[in-house]
Amino acid sequence: MAHGFLVHGAEDHVGVAVRDLRARERVSGVFLTSGKAIEISTIEEIPLGHKVAIMDIEAGEGLRKYGEVIGTATQPIETGAHVHVHNVKSVRWGSV
Amino acid sequence: MMERDTFLGYRRQNGAVASRNYVVIIPIDDLSNAAVEGVARIVPGALPLPHPYGRLQFGDDLDLHFRTLIGTGSNPNVAAAVVIGIEPNWTNRVVEGISATGKPVAGFSIEGHGDTETVARAAATARQFLQDASELAKQRLPIADAVVSIKCGESDTTSGLASNPAVGVAVDWLIDRNATVIFGETSEITGAEHMIAARCVNEEVRDAYLAFHEGYQHFIKSTGFDLLGSQPTQGNIAGGLTTIEEKALGNIQKTGRRPVVDALAPAVAPSKKGLNFMDSSSAAAEFITLMGAAGSVFHFFTTGQGNIVGNPIVPVLKTTANPHTRESMAEHIDVDLTGLLTLEMSLEQAGQALLAQMFRTLDGRLTAAEVLGHREFVLTRLYRSA
Repeated sequence: MAHGFLVHGAEDHVGVAVRDLRARERVSGVFLTSGKAIEISTIEEIPLGHKVAIMDIEAGEGLRKYGEVIGTATQPIETGAHVHVHNVKSVRWGSV
Repeated sequence: MMERDTFLGYRRQNGAVASRNYVVIIPIDDLSNAAVEGVARIVPGALPLPHPYGRLQFGDDLDLHFRTLIGTGSNPNVAAAVVIGIEPNWTNRVVEGISATGKPVAGFSIEGHGDTETVARAAATARQFLQDASELAKQRLPIADAVVSIKCGESDTTSGLASNPAVGVAVDWLIDRNATVIFGETSEITGAEHMIAARCVNEEVRDAYLAFHEGYQHFIKSTGFDLLGSQPTQGNIAGGLTTIEEKALGNIQKTGRRPVVDALAPAVAPSKKGLNFMDSSSAAAEFITLMGAAGSVFHFFTTGQGNIVGNPIVPVLKTTANPHTRESMAEHIDVDLTGLLTLEMSLEQAGQALLAQMFRTLDGRLTAAEVLGHREFVLTRLYRSA
């Protein structure tokens, strides 16, 4: 498979790694809704199933996946960074 | 496109359709487990359902206890039921509840007799029930008459990305054939409740659904705790799920796109065809036990990190799109959907693969969970006993 991650919605901030991604890897992704491709460079390792930022996200910004807000960024997140519990918290049930 | 719309199963006295043909031995209470297991030793083909509850429960919690036991005995996959309790009143209540289906059921109480005599009498009945059940013939039955349930467990991002939307395709197909599907997991829809509410057929159903949702949020607050550390689970977080909202949005992918026709209390059998919500725990074994009590005869279960749950009376079909889990836990996986991640398989193809395996299972093929002996029977408690 050529792609390294999949993106749910056209407006999403993050993609989901479909294999283990290495740090500083040039990797392509596919938008599930449109089939369009996108390319980014990872900053760090992203394990399979974990999220990678496909654009820069500001601290305090609502993080979009499935076209919906799934949490708030607790710090600035750069394109290619690992997005998880260390930099995103739930809006509903506080920080994890 | 799936062209089948019938399966080979059993039709019960009340018209309900079944994929399995069990004779169960149900204890009313924890004290009766020993007698139930004694009967199963004498009649090994009968299925004992031991559990740890049933004494000094009261109010809604007791009602749910009775509803779950009566519902389990009434499940179409049960051909006949033997009920054993410590005393006659509650035993008879469950026997009468099950007998409303028209299937053979008999109750035995232990007080005044002791275990030994009770086991001997109950075993004689279980033997008769089992021989009679073994003679029932399978017939071709419409999928429209079946009740099916769905849940995900040890989810990760591959669940919301791939296996859950594939179940969604299968669910839409079932609803379009006039079947009945039940989903639930009240806590795990937190963050996506607006999307379920928007799909409710009318205001009455929407209000009922939101009342269950709000009731649960209120219950959590009233404990003085929160669900951090439990939701998402440690397994979810290891799999890449970050927040309950993300988990919820992934979760509801498996409900497909059809309207929600009803919002049911725990262990209540659906009275409307179509997609039904049930107020329920998101813990896998509790959930499927409630589904069995509501009459489910087949269950779709998606997993990311590798949940292994089964149920004594409901065949649980397991699928994953996570290639690591597919490799490391292959014996638990019935349908491989890893092709969704590589884009070698479309969602439509994945949904069809699930339906094809569903029909084989309804016809009698055993699931991985059945073969591996996963018979988790776990009653939901609403609060502590008196």
